[in-house]
Amino acid sequence: MKGLEDILAEHPFSRGLDRAHLSLLLGCATNVRFEAGASLFKAGESADRFYIVRAGQVAIEIHEPGRGRITVETVGEGDVVGWSWLVPPHRWLFDGRAVTLCRAIALDGACLRAKCDENHDLGYELLRRVATTVGERLAGARLQLLDIYGRSSRADP
Amino acid sequence: MIGQAPERLDPMVPRPHRIHDVRQETSDTFTLELKSLDADVAHDSFAPGQFNMLYAFGVGEAAISIAGDPGRRGVFVHTIRAVGAVTRALARMEGGETVGVRGPFGRGWPVDEAAGRDVVLVAGGIGIAPLRSLVYGLLAHRERYGRISIAYGARTPGDVLFATELDEWRNRGGIEVAVSVDRATESWHGHVGVVTTLLRRFSFDPPETIAMICGPEIMTRYVAGELIARDVVPGAIHVALERNMKCGVGLCGHCQLGPAFVCREGPVFPFDSVERWLGIEEL
Repeated sequence: MKGLEDILAEHPFSRGLDRAHLSLLLGCATNVRFEAGASLFKAGESADRFYIVRAGQVAIEIHEPGRGRITVETVGEGDVVGWSWLVPPHRWLFDGRAVTLCRAIALDGACLRAKCDENHDLGYELLRRVATTVGERLAGARLQLLDIYGRSSRADP
Repeated sequence: MIGQAPERLDPMVPRPHRIHDVRQETSDTFTLELKSLDADVAHDSFAPGQFNMLYAFGVGEAAISIAGDPGRRGVFVHTIRAVGAVTRALARMEGGETVGVRGPFGRGWPVDEAAGRDVVLVAGGIGIAPLRSLVYGLLAHRERYGRISIAYGARTPGDVLFATELDEWRNRGGIEVAVSVDRATESWHGHVGVVTTLLRRFSFDPPETIAMICGPEIMTRYVAGELIARDVVPGAIHVALERNMKCGVGLCGHCQLGPAFVCREGPVFPFDSVERWLGIEEL
């Protein structure tokens, strides 16, 4: 069975980190599991951790009275959930809920922030990787807003 | 292969076809099965990716891709979204009525090139229709291909086309199928997000992969970019383009894209041959 170090070394988010940085990451990592329907975090709560998803599917949601839960995006194996731990005010902006049984590695945000303050190389590496994820999510959200599958047609104008 | 209407038929003259069956797929999308009124129905064969010009008499013509099984000769299946004057007129028609058909026209999907390779298909919205005929073509000779994966993006769960067939392809066709929607309802338990995010769920060998994409052009560009980032060879990415096709045989110029006529050289192109033209506004 793979240990946490191997899992982190192979996950797309942390792949390529040097051994020293991986070791620092490992010190803040815990294996976690969520049953389908379980909450990972709620909007407004303190964002004290983030998740590296190993298996399963997580919905990023927001709740609106009268409309219920609105899923903005789903993420799964190979993805990262959460970047609010890195930037003030360190509060979740959306809800996270396991859609299926989800296995992940939880990383303690406060623990990592302290290590990043001490080790700026680690901070730069993590910020670069989180920024890549944020950029992908932003591009995805913009495309969703464009409603690209709408009713326009060049074949029958 | 360039498939043109048979030589002895005038490609500019619509041939009458009877609507054999009508199926309402979603609120704005329907499928017509057309059979020729000519006794010589052998002409009604096509290659996946080709299109017909469908003529709603008294209204006009529109280019519609063929969505049926290429192994089923003598019938044209078209899945159509009612968006303009012609397609709305077709949507109002019923079984037994007659439409005009010119075609099949254009260059289809590079099925022969796919032999021995992993195949990734990406569809967005109504773009699943021309890929449906391709999937039937691939399934008819499943052993010729490596892993086959389909990523399909739709607007909402209610807009997902061919849901039953997607399940069949997944369960019995040995095909990896992933569907994502832009806007979910509470009852939807699948993926939510742009279709590009589905690609990372697939296992394929990028240098040995051929990809075929059909959907809105914005999606096409993003998907191609994602595939290239994953080391799929740009020349092995093929895209179907939609333009204002009129004559269907490269004479009128309405569908010109750079040096190519989409109706004749396309609608399927290698991505690297059209990439420079796709970024130009209003072209």
